[in-house]
Amino acid sequence: MSALTDRSAGQIESFRPKRFSARYGVDPVLLLLLLVLMGFGLAILYSASGQNMAMILRQSVHYAVGSAAMIALTFVRRDTLYQVTPFVFAFAALMLLAVLLLGTGAKGAQRWLDLPGLPRFQPSELMKLALPAMVAWWLTRRPLPPRALDVLIAFVLVALPVGMIVIQPDLGTSLLIAASGFFVLFLAGLSWKLMGSLVALGLASLPVLWALMYDYQKRRVMTLLDPTSDPLGAGWNTLQAMTALGSGGINGKGFLSGTQAQLKFLPESHTDFIVAVIGEEFGFVGMAILVCLYALILARALVLTARADHSFGRLVSGSITLTFFIYVFVNIGMVSGILPVVGVPLPLVSYGGTSVVSLLIGFGILMAMQRSNRVLSGE
Amino acid sequence: MQYNHPRTERILTTQRVIIASLGCLALLLLLLGRLVWLQIVEHDRFVTASERNRIQVVPVAPPRGLIRDRQGILLADNRPELRLVLTPEESADLEAVLAVVDARIGLSGDERAQFYNRLQSRRRPYDPVVVKTQLSDQDAAMIAVDGYRFPELQFDATPRREYPYGHLTAHAVGYLGRLNAEELGRVSESQYAATDVYGKLGVERAHEETLHGDVGLERVETNARGRIMRVMSRDDPAPGADLTLHLDLGLQAKAYEILGDRRGAIVAMDPRTGGILALASQPTFDANLFVRGISSVAYQALQEDPALPLFNRALRGQYPPGSTIKPMLGLVGLDLGVIRWSDRIQDPGFFQLPGVERRYRDWKRWGHGTVDLAKAVIESCDTYFYDMAVEAGIDRLAPAMSLFGFGKPVGQDVIGDGAGILPSREWKRAQFRQAWFPGETVIAGIGQGYWTTTPIQLAVATTALANRGTLVAPQFVQGIAPVQRSIPLATPADWERMAREMERVLHSPGGTAAGAGKDASYRMAGKTGTAQVAGLGQDEVYDATTTPEHLRDHALFVGFSPAAEPSLVLAIVLENAGSGGSQAGPVFRALSDYWVLDRQQGSLPPDLAWVASVEAQLQQVEAP
Repeated sequence: MSALTDRSAGQIESFRPKRFSARYGVDPVLLLLLLVLMGFGLAILYSASGQNMAMILRQSVHYAVGSAAMIALTFVRRDTLYQVTPFVFAFAALMLLAVLLLGTGAKGAQRWLDLPGLPRFQPSELMKLALPAMVAWWLTRRPLPPRALDVLIAFVLVALPVGMIVIQPDLGTSLLIAASGFFVLFLAGLSWKLMGSLVALGLASLPVLWALMYDYQKRRVMTLLDPTSDPLGAGWNTLQAMTALGSGGINGKGFLSGTQAQLKFLPESHTDFIVAVIGEEFGFVGMAILVCLYALILARALVLTARADHSFGRLVSGSITLTFFIYVFVNIGMVSGILPVVGVPLPLVSYGGTSVVSLLIGFGILMAMQRSNRVLSGE
Repeated sequence: MQYNHPRTERILTTQRVIIASLGCLALLLLLLGRLVWLQIVEHDRFVTASERNRIQVVPVAPPRGLIRDRQGILLADNRPELRLVLTPEESADLEAVLAVVDARIGLSGDERAQFYNRLQSRRRPYDPVVVKTQLSDQDAAMIAVDGYRFPELQFDATPRREYPYGHLTAHAVGYLGRLNAEELGRVSESQYAATDVYGKLGVERAHEETLHGDVGLERVETNARGRIMRVMSRDDPAPGADLTLHLDLGLQAKAYEILGDRRGAIVAMDPRTGGILALASQPTFDANLFVRGISSVAYQALQEDPALPLFNRALRGQYPPGSTIKPMLGLVGLDLGVIRWSDRIQDPGFFQLPGVERRYRDWKRWGHGTVDLAKAVIESCDTYFYDMAVEAGIDRLAPAMSLFGFGKPVGQDVIGDGAGILPSREWKRAQFRQAWFPGETVIAGIGQGYWTTTPIQLAVATTALANRGTLVAPQFVQGIAPVQRSIPLATPADWERMAREMERVLHSPGGTAAGAGKDASYRMAGKTGTAQVAGLGQDEVYDATTTPEHLRDHALFVGFSPAAEPSLVLAIVLENAGSGGSQAGPVFRALSDYWVLDRQQGSLPPDLAWVASVEAQLQQVEAP
């Protein structure tokens, strides 16, 4: 009966009219949502950067480059992505190693790799995509849910790059990359028992983690617990961001009229704390619209994830989607004072080329997994 | 690529996607909840915080009222003081910048230490910190010449009190100093929110409220660096009122010129208004030292100077009045009916209480011969007044003399003056728990013993003689109606008669100040006084050459001029200078000549170049 249902499902699918995404690769709904988000991003950046047109122009270039990469990727076959995954992962891991050995620092951390003839390059960005793909690649070599040994190997695959990024040190990025690997395992059907014990292990390791943290990381955690304890120092960012959000009220102070942002009380207002500008100038209404926009993107991406007809595509798509959401959650959570300040940009809105391009590449991969439906089901 | 149970895998992963969606939904709701709390529930609190962030209510100090002398010459001015300030947040290398400042305009270890002190005190980010005060224009140019290299350095100009004649006016006008905690408790804190100075002495202190004005407020929008972006509204401060004093800078300078390096005090009043025309206490000091912030070394030197430059002798110096009060005692005796103008006594050169061996000596060892009241005043006969005092008794003398203002501060806008001592039976009982001895009445008759007065008290008492019966209270500031009080006498004509006898002190051959009154083109009236500092034994003879300086007699003089219609009352005390007639008399004559002749009783302006030279001389005296 199961075989019959399986076959009939395949038949029904093959009789369906060809979807746009199947024909042209790009999912129009997701594309539209992303374009709306990027337009919103440009408007906010205009305010947050102090009407800096040069910055708007550069961000537009980032959007254009990222969108081009995204659309180009939709033409790549899923099989190709599957096949190159181990090599990309290996390459990214080597780059991380290179960063540790020859990297140049910014703000006391080694994250960038200056290679002659190439733009400055942050290998951890590549790893954000390579790691979940690698874990998915490994797990889908056998039927799901994964066996204990495969889970163990997946953990090693996660631990390797995460460890190297922790040493850089970049706790925020390493946690997010670890999360992207974990999402793959979760979607692959990791047993609840194992997850429960992992959580317990995680909690137990907190004191150890605390001991290993750098002073600035400890300060951030302490400041989260009580931002007023050092209002002129570490707590300044959080307090000013909360003040910006709170004083925005329901309707906001109006576009370009946020006093916190325009008078520069708000730090990093065009990058990590841009959401505070939205909250201050457009109020709760603006924030609700923004959150809904992200929710729609999330929903659409999850629908696409569920629609992908191969586990590899589903795992990769799901991980990309959930990681994207985690970015949103961590960023807004940090700005609104429920998470520590970890230097995570607001996806596709914060100013910054690397983040924009790599996020759009992620969506390109997600769409590429869709396009392959037809090709694979036709085989 | 393999297909491993695609259907079960699809179910499994779809399940997990749904679970993940629910998790995401939960997190989204958490975010929305947080936003509701921040933006709706706690909105008001954050609006306040945001307003407090950007809107600063800045108090604006009112410009302090200026002080001028009666001719309109500025005695206390406000001049901008240039300061160098540094914004540490904009500095890459503090030490390097300080080194540059040091190399160009000098930065003492003290200034450096103060800078780091201020830097470490809690302050808003981007608040500038004072590096150096009292910059000259040249200093400012030395820094500003390539100021673009040091964006952290800025100048600011705050008004600072300046006394153009700081030495001449220190004891009269007083000075401003840092507002201290005790004074802060006395004033309205909001009024002084932008002010950190307070009148410490003299007119500055007495008229602090008038001079201070009303604080202004400015609501300004600042950015995170504290830089003012715009002024949203402003309540202008009400400037302190300017004050015009009765003080005459020329007469003041003359007083100091004549005092020279002698210790002493001179108080000059206009008997018609009570206006204080001059108030000198020598040695003096530079009032500007205290405004600029005096160094502890300089302050210690001033305090430990045995000549007591900080001590206001004119207001706080308490000297036995000696013979200067004889005209008043004479009038009291007449009023009490103890004596008459026609009564005469024989003066053998001493006085004895009945049945007591002790002799109270006259200053003239061989006596004045036959003496009536007029002669007793002109020649300053002690024996006559010993006798009169005993006849009147201390219980009648003390209340009568208190009408002349002795024994209490002079009041009005004169601050911090001494009360002096008007001895009486009650006073002695309260002070020493002792009975009054008859011998103490004897010496009270010549203004000795317990009796002490301040120079300003003597001047005020003398206004009653100058005005023929009307005592006028002293007043620094013009524009206030004279506070007068008449002293009733049984025979009011006695006032005029006594004034005439006081003229003869200067203008008759036997007068104790005949030397001072010699060849005068106009008439003056006065009374000499020689106050004993050390008590003499029964038959000891005072000899200035063998007495240590600080035990020598004080030379005193009170008087008014011109005699008939006085416009000037003077009280002069020269510490340990000797005889009143020979020492203080000429001082009186010189000041009177200056006022009546040179200045035509104040209707001609003073020679400012000469005033400046007197001020400069006082500075030189101080230097070593």
